[in-house]
Amino acid sequence: MISSEPDLRFPCRRSYDRDGNKITQTRGVLLQTGLKWAETVLNKSCLSLIQKYLKLCSRDRLHCYCLCLSTGKRDNMFPKGTKRKFSDSGEEPAVSGDEPAPAAAPSAAVRALTSAYSLQRQSLLDMSLIKLQLCHMLVEPNLCRSVLIANTVRQIQEEMTQDGTWQIMTQALAAAQCPTDRLVATEVLCRQTDAAAQAGQSPKPFSVVGLEEGYHAEEVVMEGDVETEVTMSTLSPVSPQLSSASYLAGTFGMGPCWEEDEDDDGECEEDEEEDSEECVSEGEEGDRDHLSADSRTGEQVFGTFEIKHPAPPPDPALEELFSDVDPSYYDLDTVLTGMQSAPKMGPYDLLESLSSHGPTALSSSSSCRSDLNELDHIMEIIVGS
Amino acid sequence: MTKKSHTVNVPDLVSGIHSVFCPFSADIISTVEFNYSGDLLATGDKGGRVVIFQHEQESKNRPQLRGEYNVYSTFQSHEPEFDYLKSLEIEEKINKIRWLPQQNAAHFLLSTNDKTIKLWKISERDKRAEGYNLKDEDGRLRDPFRITSLRVPVLMPMDLMVEASPRRIFANAHTYHINSISVNSDHETYLSADDLRINLWHLEITDRSFNIVDIKPANMEELTEVITAAECHPLQCNVFVYSSSKGTIRLCDMRAAALCDRHSKFFEEPEDPSSRSFFSEIISSISDVKFSHSGRYMMTRDYLSVKVWDLNMENRPVETYQVHEYLRSKLCSLYENDCIFDKFECCWNGSDSAIMTGSYNNFFRMFDRNTRRDITLEASRESSKPRATLKPRKVSTGGKRKKDEISVDSLDFNKKILHTAWHPKDNVIAVAATNNLYIFQDKIN
Repeated sequence: MISSEPDLRFPCRRSYDRDGNKITQTRGVLLQTGLKWAETVLNKSCLSLIQKYLKLCSRDRLHCYCLCLSTGKRDNMFPKGTKRKFSDSGEEPAVSGDEPAPAAAPSAAVRALTSAYSLQRQSLLDMSLIKLQLCHMLVEPNLCRSVLIANTVRQIQEEMTQDGTWQIMTQALAAAQCPTDRLVATEVLCRQTDAAAQAGQSPKPFSVVGLEEGYHAEEVVMEGDVETEVTMSTLSPVSPQLSSASYLAGTFGMGPCWEEDEDDDGECEEDEEEDSEECVSEGEEGDRDHLSADSRTGEQVFGTFEIKHPAPPPDPALEELFSDVDPSYYDLDTVLTGMQSAPKMGPYDLLESLSSHGPTALSSSSSCRSDLNELDHIMEIIVGS
Repeated sequence: MTKKSHTVNVPDLVSGIHSVFCPFSADIISTVEFNYSGDLLATGDKGGRVVIFQHEQESKNRPQLRGEYNVYSTFQSHEPEFDYLKSLEIEEKINKIRWLPQQNAAHFLLSTNDKTIKLWKISERDKRAEGYNLKDEDGRLRDPFRITSLRVPVLMPMDLMVEASPRRIFANAHTYHINSISVNSDHETYLSADDLRINLWHLEITDRSFNIVDIKPANMEELTEVITAAECHPLQCNVFVYSSSKGTIRLCDMRAAALCDRHSKFFEEPEDPSSRSFFSEIISSISDVKFSHSGRYMMTRDYLSVKVWDLNMENRPVETYQVHEYLRSKLCSLYENDCIFDKFECCWNGSDSAIMTGSYNNFFRMFDRNTRRDITLEASRESSKPRATLKPRKVSTGGKRKKDEISVDSLDFNKKILHTAWHPKDNVIAVAATNNLYIFQDKIN
């Protein structure tokens, strides 16, 4: 067995309940259940609590959002068995022969997208984006590694552009008219509640809309002007949006469901409830993801991983949430070379050691820590763990 | 193929005697380098320490063995630092050590971490002056009025003491992380390379350096390639090479221009379109480049292979050796666990007839350029007892695994040999396996 498959699950937080008993639920699980709960209860105050929780998690350097959602999803990320063929053999995508020209009907591209190759490609894209994000959290931003991963992402994106999948997606996104300045996490949270409100019940899996209308692959990567409202990871301006949305997409190998109307004609590979939280639909409230209204070409799309300008957050709650984000992080030089100090460790070591290492000097203050502990406690009570 | 043929022929050597095993319990070894005579072996570790081993003289009792390497000096070269401007910690890990040619009784070496290069002087002291007039033997000052007669201090032998003192500190010249340093053949200058720039220093001058290569794009968004290694030509002091993350090597001549952004020669092997994958670029990234001692060839290490280039031929290497081709089908997993970004080094032997590089599972590989034979050996306590002959290892790639073979899936990817060094004259090699140093030498019959 190839050793050291990184464990992307959250480290176990050893917190204690009122009776002093150890609670060993992972923060990721807490978060998931918290989100689910919030969406069912539609309780705004709880929602803000969760937001704050996430915020503190990020300050505590837990690269939480996308990763906590990934708890239990790892198997889907790197499918074994037949799906491995694409990367293992290093061959050209098997579907290339079947694909019509990129300008052809969306259905053809969609067909291509649902193939094993495209699933593999998607998971590779997600993995790469998460790596980019993780690498920003380290003491040593290895520029060579970042550049190589970024080039891989570009390559995938170029190929998707040629496939026509990119075009479809950007068109659909343009149609959705989403503003660019949104935070994924908040958005997801909001969507949860709204979606639930719509559905009226427990969250139902959102379809991958647009198998008919167009494939909504994750567009996160693309936006050149990704807004600076850093969601969860204040450390990495680029990323949380990228990775979380990308993760969302990648989990099922399908794009996130951006369409509001769920024509369930589309395939939906989500088979778990949890997926629904991740499969976000385009904002009902107008909270859109960082998709720009104007569609972007493939070349523009990969605006590297730079957040160009901090945009003023329209939502005062959001502003309060991210008031401590330092815009200086958005300088690319800083992004690529500037790290906050952290224990020196590799990307996955970071996660593994989080439970055992205390917060680093730079990242958390004691008050943050106590806040976090307190919130953890509250979360546990809320979710009835 | 019997074992016997391996031990006799390949590559002229190492059927090895395991002669030194040094557990660095604390820290991972990050660089290994013999000096010009091979008498000293320097290692740097992640904790910023440098440990120098010295070759002991052969003992008269056992002339068939070469002498052993014992610890000669240990000192803390770099300390962890904090960059307040960027809120960055600067690791003290020693990235590279390069010896200077010896000019007097003292030894000099350059050691570097990510940001700062230091010139260290290692000197011996085996005599001590005794019989001072103004001081007692304890060091207390004597009352000058009590001194009635004068004496001349006499040098008395003392226990050997090896001192290391920093002679020069070359700092604040690199924005990005230094990955290479290389001493020029003029013995006056040296170059240091980080991800995007290469600087030329004079050993005597610490407050400035010349920038000779700068590949930083005006817009960092356009950055797609970084410098991964650089080295000065061993004979021509105006020539150096640097390798990139795209698998290219550029040879530059400093006489042509002050800024050597335009290369004199460009080495790149055209890509094989049939083996193209999303990982093609990553595995083509060159992790190490080394000139041969003759100066006619250079060797590059990418993820799966070692290539020998003739400096006169730019379009393809003259020799390619597969280090661990069985990993090609595992690239996705290796990308996932980041092993695909491991930077392996490579080295020539003294006569340029053999090359060596490391792999996973504490394996290292040696290739004989003349006979085209290769051998895989393992550096581990379990598999080699002191003074025992190393047993060749084999990784089974097919379905059938023979006895003594190891299957690809059971390789330990945490045990990687990134740093190896070959004695400049003798058949002695140093292999760093995580936090242990192994020194092997061939039998003298």
